[in-house]
Parts: sequence; C-alpha cells; structure tokens
Amino acid sequence: MAQVSLEGIRKVYPNGFQAVETTSFTIQDGEFVVLVGPSGCGKSTLLRMIAGLEDITEGTLKIGDRVVNDVDPADRDIAMVFQNYALYPHMTVRKNIGYGLKNRGTPTAEIAAKVEDAAKMLNLAEYLDRKPAQLSGGQRQRVAMGRAVVRDPALFLFDEPLSNLDAKLRNQMRIEIKALQRRLGTTAVYVTHDQVEAMTMADRIIVLNAGKIEQIGTPSEIYHNPASTFVASFMGAPPMNLIEAEMGQGQVRINGYDQLLPVPETYAGSVTMGIRPEDVVLDDRGSVTFRVDILEELGAHRLLHGAIADQPFTVMIGKDDTAETGETRITLKPEALRLFDKATGQKL
Amino acid sequence: MADTTLETPAVTRPRRKIKWATIGDHTVLILGSLLMMLPPLLALTTASHDAVTIHREGLQLTLGDDLGKNFNAAMFEKGGFTQTVDGTLMLMNSFILGIGFAVGKIVISMMAAYAIVYFRLRFATLAFWVIFTTLLLPLEVRILPSYEAIQKLGLTNTYTGLIVPLIASATGTFFFRQFFMSVPEELAEAARIDGAGPWKFFIDILVPLSRTMIAAIFIIMFVFGWNQYLWPTLITTDESFFTLVRGIKQIVLSYTDSQIPEHGQALALAIVAMIPPVAIVVFFQNWFVKGLTESDK
Ligand SMILES: Nc1ncnc2c1ncn2[C@@H]1O[C@H](COP(=O)(O)OP(=O)(O)O)[C@@H](O)[C@H]1O
Ligand SMILES: [Mg+2]
Repeated sequence: MAQVSLEGIRKVYPNGFQAVETTSFTIQDGEFVVLVGPSGCGKSTLLRMIAGLEDITEGTLKIGDRVVNDVDPADRDIAMVFQNYALYPHMTVRKNIGYGLKNRGTPTAEIAAKVEDAAKMLNLAEYLDRKPAQLSGGQRQRVAMGRAVVRDPALFLFDEPLSNLDAKLRNQMRIEIKALQRRLGTTAVYVTHDQVEAMTMADRIIVLNAGKIEQIGTPSEIYHNPASTFVASFMGAPPMNLIEAEMGQGQVRINGYDQLLPVPETYAGSVTMGIRPEDVVLDDRGSVTFRVDILEELGAHRLLHGAIADQPFTVMIGKDDTAETGETRITLKPEALRLFDKATGQKL
Repeated sequence: MADTTLETPAVTRPRRKIKWATIGDHTVLILGSLLMMLPPLLALTTASHDAVTIHREGLQLTLGDDLGKNFNAAMFEKGGFTQTVDGTLMLMNSFILGIGFAVGKIVISMMAAYAIVYFRLRFATLAFWVIFTTLLLPLEVRILPSYEAIQKLGLTNTYTGLIVPLIASATGTFFFRQFFMSVPEELAEAARIDGAGPWKFFIDILVPLSRTMIAAIFIIMFVFGWNQYLWPTLITTDESFFTLVRGIKQIVLSYTDSQIPEHGQALALAIVAMIPPVAIVVFFQNWFVKGLTESDK
C-alpha cells in the first residue's frame, strides 16, 4: 500500500505533442482515485506514466517514498488491468494469474495457493484450467483482475477495464471492483471516460480535459460544485444546464427576457449560469418561462427537454408529476445556481 | 455444445435434390487430382521394371516385378565414384539440409522480426526494408560471392557451409513481422509488468503464440531446403554430403558412357525423395488447423 505523488509531471510525445500539461497531485494511501475525461484527453498517458510504460518528460513521480521515474514497471510494485484485458491467449487461467509470481521466483506451492485464493475471491475457481478464449467477457475481466490482485501490489492501475462489457455486467463489475479494492485496501487509480463509473466508484475524481486537470474533488463536490463549465457539462447525466446571462446588482438577467433571479454574488458582467435539471421545479408562479419540446420517459423520473429564451434547457421531474409540451413556468432553486465566467468558463 | 449432438425426432425429410453444380465441381476436382497424381504414379509403376525394359519401352503404366529390387538397390547399394554412398545416407543428408534450413530460417527470421517490431531501434524501418529488398537477391543472383565467401572460410563440404548461407530469410522475417505487429501491444506491456524481460516475453509468449506461423513457415522452408539443388552441387564435392535430389541425377548420369542408366533405381529414389515433404505437409497441416481453431487472440 502506498501513497502516490505526482510533482510537476508533464508528457510530451516524441512527435512533439503535449499530451499532459504540468500536473501535480497526491493520491492517499488506500484511496480510489478516478481519472475521468473525454477520449483523447490524456488519461491513459497519465496512467501509463505511473505504470512506467511511458517515459515521464518532466517532473517527479513517487510511489510510497521512492522516486520511481526511472524504475522498471516490474519493480514499481504495481499491477495493471487493461481495457482489452491483455490475457496471454495460450495460457490457462491458472497460468495467466500465476505468471507474474512465477517470474518473480515465487515457490511453486506458494503460487498455487495464491492463485487458488485469488480465483476463489473472484469466483473463478472452476475456470482455472480453461484458456481465455473459452471464457465470457465478464470472466476474462475477472481473470485480468485476478492477475492484478494475486501479486498483492502497492498500487492498482485500471485503464477503462469495463468498457468492453455490456451495460448490466458493467454495473455489476463496478460494484465488485470497488468492493474488492475496499477489502484489500490497495491504492487504486482508475481511468474511464464514463462519468457514471467515476461518480459511483471514486473516493476522489480527477477531471481531465485536453491534458489539463479541470478539477479534483469528491464525487459530491464535482457534481454539486463544478469548477468550470467543462466539468459541469461533462459530469452528470443529464448534464448541468448552462444558460448565458447578464449579471449585475445582485441579479441575473437571462438574455433578452426580463427574467430576474436574485443571487448572492456581487459580480457585474456576462456570465454562464448553471443549474442541474433536478434543481428546477415546475411552478405556475415561477419567474422563468420554459418551453417544453420533448418529454423523455426514464421510468423513475422524466426529463423535459426544451428551451429558456431559446437556449437549450432540461428539467427533471418525478415520475408522478405531470407535464406536457408547450410553455410553462419554472422556478430555479436559488441555492443550486452556479455561476461561471462567460469567457473562461471558470467558476466565479 | 452437447445440445447440438442431441438427436432430433425423426421428421420425414424431403428427398434431397441432386445438386448438379456440386457434381460438376467434384468432377472437375477429381479429374484435376487424377491429373496431378499421374506423374508420381507413373514414377512408381515405372520403378517396378528393370532398366532394360524402361530404356527400350519408356514409361510403364503397369506394375512390374522389380519394385523391391530397385528400391533396395536405390537405398542400400553403395554407388557413386567412390562406392561409399547409398540412399539412406543421402536421405539423411536431405533431412539435415531440410530441417537445418527450416529451423535456421525460423530462428533467424523470428529474432530479426522481434528486434524490428519490439525494440526502439534507431533505423528499424530502414533495417526492415533492407532485409526485405534482399528478396530481390535470391541465392542464384549472389551465388558467386557466396561461394567465394564459403570457400575462403573453408566451409566447403561441411553441413555448416551447406546450411548457413541459405538461412537468412526476408520472407520469414516479413511474415513474422506482420504477425508480431498484429499481437496487441498490451500483451507485451502486461508481460513487462508481470516481470518478464525481453527474452522471457519472447520465449514464454511470442513463440507459443506464433506456433501456427512457425508450422506454416516450417512446411514451406523444409520443402524448399529439401529441394535445393544448385547450392549443394556447388558447395559439396564430397559424395558423403550428397542429398537425394543430387543422387537421382547422379544415378542417371554416371552410367551413361558404358551401360544403360539405372532408370528404375532413379525413379525409386525420386519416390523416396517425395515422401518426406508430403509427410511433413500432412503432419503439420493437422497442427495448423488445430492451432487455428483451438483458441488464439
Ligand atoms: N505514442 C503517441 N505519440 C503521439 N501522440 C500520442 C501517442 N499516444 C497518444 N497520443 C496522443 O495523446 C493524447 C492522449 O492520449 P491518451 O492518453 O491515450 O488519451 P485517453 O484520454 O483517451 O486515454 C491523444 O490526443 C493521442 O492522440
Ligand atoms: Mg485511453
């Protein structure tokens, strides 16, 4: 178990492309950190630098108290689970799981015992003599997990380990991985582009965008207090509504309309106003006019898609509330309003 | 799996229609294979006659009485100028050449491909294309310098001289390179994290993964090496290094001045020379199919 710290880490690929801008953060011992961001934002690059599969252009990487910039991946005391699992196709599950131990000169009897333990933990006991091709996607995923846990490393690294599974299995594995990590208490860095995975699994989320960290925080912080419009629109499904507005004299004025909302901040100028769809209530005496175009039925709740002052807007209502298309009036919960600088997108 | 073998209740099945297209296809295939089989068959039947009959009447389609005698003579009678080589020795030499050639080519080309694909060499691509262009320079083109080099090294009349100059293989390197590039990169990375160094990764993972490729290349290269004629002729003058392919020629040639050539023996030897390549193809093909259907990637 170990704390991981990145100090001024930067990555420039040999072709001159800067995939990760100078970043610093520390992952606590036993923490489950999720790196999330759109595809191509540099998540894998960052993870692979921690794994040692990619050179670090600049900065210092520490696992535990040891600077590991120049340490071989095999000696970093890490284990990694890949998106395509990277199981050895010609080896049985037993050999796949035990290969890392064998290479480290662990006695055969000890390998056998550890492999059995890991297999039991992952419900793989009856598949130990099969080859990966004879397993289902979910089982292969477990084998990949087994290969990671059997070595009892200081750090787990996951690179989108669930993206090749169907939705139902993904939900199940999400919970299992999280529970396993809890039980073992091993520090974990988990890369995903799926914000649901990030929200549900993380102790702390790091949101990346174009090689830059947008925000680091607990899922709740990220969800309720996004640091930028990027985070606001990336995290949460449906995403936060973002409406352009003018602000002054303690009030927000949505463009072109005389719809005024009192806000606590004292800022004057153009802003982007954000509010989560569930923080809006239908209210005949509400101060804002909302045009409903489409009703989306989701079972537990319903989404109303439409516009405020010709700017796209979504409202979430409970399954028992009634609604129909056309103009209606809404109230925005004042405490749920978030304001961003219109030019930079940063939180005010 | 098991369900598919379960018997379905007897349903009155509509009578199967005669498919004329299938019959046509098969007729063509059968005729084609008969045509292909004719020369070896002729060789076999002709080999069962004595030299005089063959010399007078040409190829024979019927079986004669001398099959055993001719095979026996071809395999066990000492022949040649020095009267020291027989068919078994030549058979052994052919095996040494064929296997040495195939194994050498596979080892060399796998290692070359491994270096090119998995290591960040400065001029890996250039190196690959240099190797690849040697396809344009087969042995026949560079035979004089090759001969000179081997002779200067004093390797004429050795198995080393017979095999080593032939084993550098652009074709093999090319095939292995293509195969290695299709192996997911993560496999190498996973192995690296699992503590396997470059050598272990090669032996534990790449080689087993390549076994169908190895089998395929082994077939091709073994047959190729087995059938070598020009190079062995140049590099070995000592009859104890003669291969079957040369031996056949020798039998036909060496008697021309005084007597009738031993055509029967030559054909018997030709048949012996044909068997191992065929056997190898059949044997490895089995493997081949198994390797392809069993698992992989
Ligand atoms: N070997 C490489 N050379 C140059 N650019 C690369 C290389 N690998 C990745 N990149 C680029 O770096 C960026 C980040 O890649 P990656 O970390 O894989 O993103 P993701 O967040 O989807 O995992 C991408 O724009 C990608 O094109
Ligand atoms: Mg990625």
